[in-house]
Amino acid sequence: MFEAHTLAIVFAALMGLAIILYAILDGFDLGVGILLPLGDKEKSDPMIASIGPFWDANETWLVFAIGLLLIAFPEAHSYIFKELYLPTAFLLISLVLRGVAFDFRAKAAISHTATWNRVFKVGSLLAAMSQGYMLGMYIMGFQSTVIAYSFSLLSAFGVAAAYSYIGACWLIMKTEADLQVRAVAWAKKSGIICFIGIVLVSVINPLINPGVYDKWFESSIMYLMLPLPLLCFVLFIYSFFQLKKLPTQDDSYCWVPFACAATIFLLCFIGLAFSFYPDIVPNKLTIWEAASAPESLSFILWGAIIVVPVIFAYTVFSYRVFWGKVQELRYH
Amino acid sequence: MLDTLMLSRIQFATNISFHILFPTITIALSWFLLFFKMRFDKTNDPVWMRAYRFWVKIFAITFALGVVSGITMSFQFGTNWPKFMETVGNIAGPLLGYEILTAFFLEAGFLGVMLFGINRVSQKVHTLSTFIVAVGTSLSSFWILALNSWMHTPQGHEMRDGVAFPVDWLAIIFNPSFPYRIMHMLVASGLTAAFLIAGISAYRLLKGDDKRAPKLTLKIAVTVAAFLTPVQIFLGDMHGLNTLEHQPQKIAAMEGVWHTEKGAPLLLFAIPNETEQKNDFAIGIPKVASFILTHDFDGEVKGLNEFKGNHPPVAPVFFAFRIMVGIGMLMLFIAWVSRIQLWRKDELSPWVLKMLLLMSFSGWVATLAGWYVTEIGRQPWLVTGILKVKDAVTDIAPTNVGISLTFYIALYTVLMIAYIHTIFTMAGRAIEIEEISEEEKGEPVKDAKNTIDINYTTKEE
Repeated sequence: MFEAHTLAIVFAALMGLAIILYAILDGFDLGVGILLPLGDKEKSDPMIASIGPFWDANETWLVFAIGLLLIAFPEAHSYIFKELYLPTAFLLISLVLRGVAFDFRAKAAISHTATWNRVFKVGSLLAAMSQGYMLGMYIMGFQSTVIAYSFSLLSAFGVAAAYSYIGACWLIMKTEADLQVRAVAWAKKSGIICFIGIVLVSVINPLINPGVYDKWFESSIMYLMLPLPLLCFVLFIYSFFQLKKLPTQDDSYCWVPFACAATIFLLCFIGLAFSFYPDIVPNKLTIWEAASAPESLSFILWGAIIVVPVIFAYTVFSYRVFWGKVQELRYH
Repeated sequence: MLDTLMLSRIQFATNISFHILFPTITIALSWFLLFFKMRFDKTNDPVWMRAYRFWVKIFAITFALGVVSGITMSFQFGTNWPKFMETVGNIAGPLLGYEILTAFFLEAGFLGVMLFGINRVSQKVHTLSTFIVAVGTSLSSFWILALNSWMHTPQGHEMRDGVAFPVDWLAIIFNPSFPYRIMHMLVASGLTAAFLIAGISAYRLLKGDDKRAPKLTLKIAVTVAAFLTPVQIFLGDMHGLNTLEHQPQKIAAMEGVWHTEKGAPLLLFAIPNETEQKNDFAIGIPKVASFILTHDFDGEVKGLNEFKGNHPPVAPVFFAFRIMVGIGMLMLFIAWVSRIQLWRKDELSPWVLKMLLLMSFSGWVATLAGWYVTEIGRQPWLVTGILKVKDAVTDIAPTNVGISLTFYIALYTVLMIAYIHTIFTMAGRAIEIEEISEEEKGEPVKDAKNTIDINYTTKEE
């Protein structure tokens, strides 16, 4: 059997994995939604097609992450969502709207398609911003101060930019011709905003949270962690140089920006996780204080050990089936 | 002014009522689709593909609504019912977790291949994907109903300091009301999907669609409905007897029995009067309720007087039960009339088609009514004997709950209109399309490796 201390760490790690996968996977499809050009069917149809087979499963990672929080750390789940009651409602409504708009836009009468496109774009943007706002409030320890609200607002824009950035990189990989050129331009613009956002959060977070400051600048493992922001910086610079060269003649390297963006997301997430671990609610609750009974966690862990690798296998399968460019759209 | 408790209850009811509509369709519709696909694989008759393609689009849109409204559910426990997870989280958590792990991912992961992959994978893999999605949707209901049933008839746990801890997982999952509840729900899904398919197919026939596909789907749906309605009535009766054993106060409310009596009548209509503890305007058949519940005309039925302060509000349970049973009887009648007409002259008369069209969403009404019976019937408990609803609620300000509730109601109204409108638009469009297009006469298109059929809706069928 597993003991309580280890179980809490295992579940925190599993939840972290679900969150980062969600941020990357739903990040790109929310980003594509944010970038959707209205009234330009030539571009918007292939853009939607590029995320069509994936978005249902991508959003499921959010359910998984929140589900894990609910199952493994119920006290933290109650605390966080009580604090974030209205932003959560806002996020959910946005996600619902964009999800259904995706299906309705293709199936509703032609005259309504434009409306659903608009709903899809606005829903994606609001969902990204709500997530950013919630992240901001989390980092600020749910304070009700002007500083906390302003920081969260900033974070809202930062996350929207980050999703647009990874969405644009996805499009560079999945599309070609005019649309690919547009996507490169989008990636450059949103990449810069995303970069500024990351720098601001990285500076403000340790300044506001003394515990975070100590971790990054006083602890014994700081030398292990300090290369992380540096690596992030290098990746940004590298991907900007790559973006300048794209699109290439034979379309080589079209996957590089997406790989860079995904790695940047991962590094930022590790940075945040390192800042707060082992707190699951900053300065209030540790993962051990919030964890469920070990007999419940063991029961579900056995399932996870079997099922999670299977999920990975068929996620890879599904992405392979739809590998390559979205091009000649077939209209039946 | 409504308080946080009442607003949270309304909000939870609104969200879960809206959510359940879509899985109720997709659980069974996925098996219908698998059947169409397997028939196509076997016979190579393109009409099965027509049927598949038309209904897979409706499946996609229904599934999408199910996914997005389901996301709401995973947040709600924390936002509005924090004490629920604090008290029974050790039981509820893993069951919800297994639902997400085994089922949700299985469905969502293979859905992409099922919807868009038909030209990208072999027919075998595509049929297999359809099968996995069907298994996923059914597994989903397995875990959710295990949890819901445990809340009605908890066992396999022990209480320590007011918190439930698991002792025997098999006992928890296969708790006394679970087998009945899941069968009743799965068959409810079968009926909901069957009546939806029959109704939309009838709509197309009424609008002059002369193709084979709608006639074929109508016939299949009506046959399934004719078979499942009696099965459902039998299962419902079994479920009722199980409830009588474990939650007699719920049965007393369903039957409107205020005082314990022998030879209780089956009330066809009445207005339960909570203040005077009696029924007004009661019309009933003497002794039949006793007979149904105890299989003895003079059997004793426990009345609400034995559960003072511990029984549900009577009127909603009483009426919801009658709505459910009434629709069930109507379904039985129409399904059998249709089936007999088909058998005798291989087509349906216009009035039957019109009735089927009217009953397209009758499964929804019956399912919701049934859920209201069982869920309101559990009041005042959230988890029978362990946690009361009023003790589980959040301390958030009522204004905040009011705001979110208003948004949800507005959103769901719009979505419901859009959903139904879209289904009929798709049906209308399908009427104008030719039976089999040229390219589909031969084998499935081979040169379409790199295309995604994004506008899989615009023109086909």
